[in-house]
Amino acid sequence: MKALSQRRRHPLAAVALLLMALLVTGGIYAVASSANEAKAQAVTFTANDVEEGGKLFAANCASCHGMGATGSDAAPSLVGAGAASVDFQVGSGRMPMQMDGPQAQVKPVQFTDEQVGQMAAYVASLGAGPAIPTDEMVDASEGDPAHGGELFRVNCAMCHNAAAAGGALTRGKYAPAIDGTSERHIYEAMVTGPQNMPVFSDANITPEDKQDIIAFLKTIESQGSPGGAALGSLGPVSEGLFIWVAGLGVIIAFTVWLTSRSS
Amino acid sequence: MSSSTATQPYVPKTRVGKVTDYVDSRVGGSGIVKEFGRKIFPDHWTFMFGEVALYTFVILLISGTFLTFFYDPSMAETHYEGSYLPLRGVEMSVAYASSLDISFDIRGGLFMRQVHHWSALLFVASVAVHMLRVFFTGAFRRPREFNWVVGCVLLILSLAAGFTGYSLPDDLLSGNGLRIIDGVMKAIPVVGTYLSFFLFGGEFPGTAIIGRLYVLHILLIPAVILLMIGIHLFMVVLHKHSQFPGPGRTNTNVVGYPVGPVYAAKAGGFFFIVFGVLAAISAAFTINPIWNYGPYDPSPVSAGTQPDWYIGWVDGALRLMPGTLGPNFDFEFMIPFPWGDNALSLNVLFPALVPATIIFALMFTWPWIEAWITKDKREHHLLDRPRNAPTRTAIGVAGVVFYCIQWAAASSDLIATHFLVSLNDVLYVLRFLVIFGPVIAFMVTRRIALALQRKDREIALHGRETGRIVRLPHGEFIEVHEPVDDYKLYKLVSFNSPEVSIPRADANGKVGLVDKVHGRVSRFFFEDRVAPVTPRELEESHHDHHGEVAGAQDREAITSR
Repeated sequence: MKALSQRRRHPLAAVALLLMALLVTGGIYAVASSANEAKAQAVTFTANDVEEGGKLFAANCASCHGMGATGSDAAPSLVGAGAASVDFQVGSGRMPMQMDGPQAQVKPVQFTDEQVGQMAAYVASLGAGPAIPTDEMVDASEGDPAHGGELFRVNCAMCHNAAAAGGALTRGKYAPAIDGTSERHIYEAMVTGPQNMPVFSDANITPEDKQDIIAFLKTIESQGSPGGAALGSLGPVSEGLFIWVAGLGVIIAFTVWLTSRSS
Repeated sequence: MSSSTATQPYVPKTRVGKVTDYVDSRVGGSGIVKEFGRKIFPDHWTFMFGEVALYTFVILLISGTFLTFFYDPSMAETHYEGSYLPLRGVEMSVAYASSLDISFDIRGGLFMRQVHHWSALLFVASVAVHMLRVFFTGAFRRPREFNWVVGCVLLILSLAAGFTGYSLPDDLLSGNGLRIIDGVMKAIPVVGTYLSFFLFGGEFPGTAIIGRLYVLHILLIPAVILLMIGIHLFMVVLHKHSQFPGPGRTNTNVVGYPVGPVYAAKAGGFFFIVFGVLAAISAAFTINPIWNYGPYDPSPVSAGTQPDWYIGWVDGALRLMPGTLGPNFDFEFMIPFPWGDNALSLNVLFPALVPATIIFALMFTWPWIEAWITKDKREHHLLDRPRNAPTRTAIGVAGVVFYCIQWAAASSDLIATHFLVSLNDVLYVLRFLVIFGPVIAFMVTRRIALALQRKDREIALHGRETGRIVRLPHGEFIEVHEPVDDYKLYKLVSFNSPEVSIPRADANGKVGLVDKVHGRVSRFFFEDRVAPVTPRELEESHHDHHGEVAGAQDREAITSR
């Protein structure tokens, strides 16, 4: 203690103090932010994956995302984007992007699963980010669909529609329909927030809750429509269109038939 | 039945005869059958939409009664324990839980729910189409003005029945609809919050609204609808049915089949056809899948939240209204009162009330507006073909377009996603169209109607174009026109075509303001006019075109022209 009080007027004391304060703030921030981050038991990659992924990245992605994935005017930096982001964007066919627009369109997947994994490994090697979830984490049979449904209605339905049939956003952006999307991609979409979607971090929706949401989505997807053809699950608009076109159309055909014999 | 004479009382001989006579001599059924059974109804397919409306209403009563056996209009909280897995254990109202039970745990319940809901959609649709038929054929003219008004009341009642029923399942979708009603009420200055609290029994959503809507939906509104249907049909019998003009059909007769036995059989059969079509639709197509939406909770709003089609236009008007104009003008005004400022929120109140007020006010008063313009006080039992009343038809189409643009705006989000366009652009285009669309529709429709009248005139005078080109011996090509037969000709030439009435000066040599206005309006209505073919014109044209009609055989007739 004596040594400290003796040296507190040392010319370098202020510098030392500043360094210490920065360390503490940064440390707290790092702990706090990593608590908010989706930490998945990483699907592990080999050094070879990273190397092959780097080559694929340079050939297919670097023209927009830049060499070393540091970004350009056309596309953001991918340092810290994480393996989950690559697995979702490339694995769902959104990347490489077909054309510039309000958001990336889904198109046929351009790479094999192995290649997607290699690119994910490369991007993950550039900086820590959300990792690809394991199969156990996204196992729909382990989740609670009723709880997932409640979470879905509160957090997701305002864009994706209560029946996950999709919906419009501003200026040509949209939330896609979710049926047919794999469990892993649903999870990755929540942790990475692709396109215009917000990130639902683990502090916001825990991994268990995410699993419940996946269970809900897979339940309504697999159960079919109990009441007959679902008409796109789009609600009263498609129902109104149906009754005006098909319902009234058939009725009119009958009225014409019933009155066709006279005059 | 009891065709007795004064001297010899009728004595039935068979068993059936005895029973019938016993009943008839006590209730006087034969008189009623005699009167109603011989009522004549003309046949035309467009006359049957009123029937569709009546039959769907009967189906609604039947299926609705079934639903009341199992539905519980309680907003008490419960946890769902039924067989639909994705909602098991979720906290919800008893009303929603019982709706789910009807859907999943009561035999035939889902089918009956779907019959009820599809019938409701078809009910309002057939009412609307029926009214359009009446409007565009001029069937609202004297003596049917009051029946038109009763029809308008029935339309509003059917909207009310639909909306109150839509809210009963207490799912997320219907709750969002109620929230909009709550918002519109609260936008009314000064009394808005009081009205809302009065309706909901406290702050939205409260615990009273479902029970109140239920009473309105199953008791009050259907009772008033039934009463109005009674008045409506009574007046139909009183006025007799209108008919399209044709040979032998005059303003003083009705040409068609009597109710008994032909029409009764047809109408009875048609009821089962409508029921069958609705049952087939209900069995194969889902409607209002309430299990998708989840229980009502004021916090979430799902994408693609719309009301049923008939309320869509009001929802659309709300979507079309800009919240602000530029950065500063937000359509909200503070009205100072002694107790403080009250907000007048026109960005809600204007779209919610003004378009509906315009449409309904015009609808209710139209028979008198038109009678004032035409100064036509005669009875009309013969219908107009829409083209023969170009301005009325054009105004009707303008109204339809005004309605349909707002209707389309209610599905702006689905238009955006399904046609891959920007939601904002959809709204901008529809905002333009809701104002200018009716004007464009008016002009285009009137021109089309006049063009069709000219075409009719052409056919009446020169016959139908057969498409047969004939070369005459001297080399001239002519197209052979075939004269239409007398039945068709009658349709083409027999219609009223009012002319512009010029305001006349009164005793002091002055033209009153009302007369001036009337003159203006009359000119607007009847200035552009295609006169019906006169007998004289017909005579002359027959003379002229004899050769053309006869074809190429008679060269003399053509060259001597």
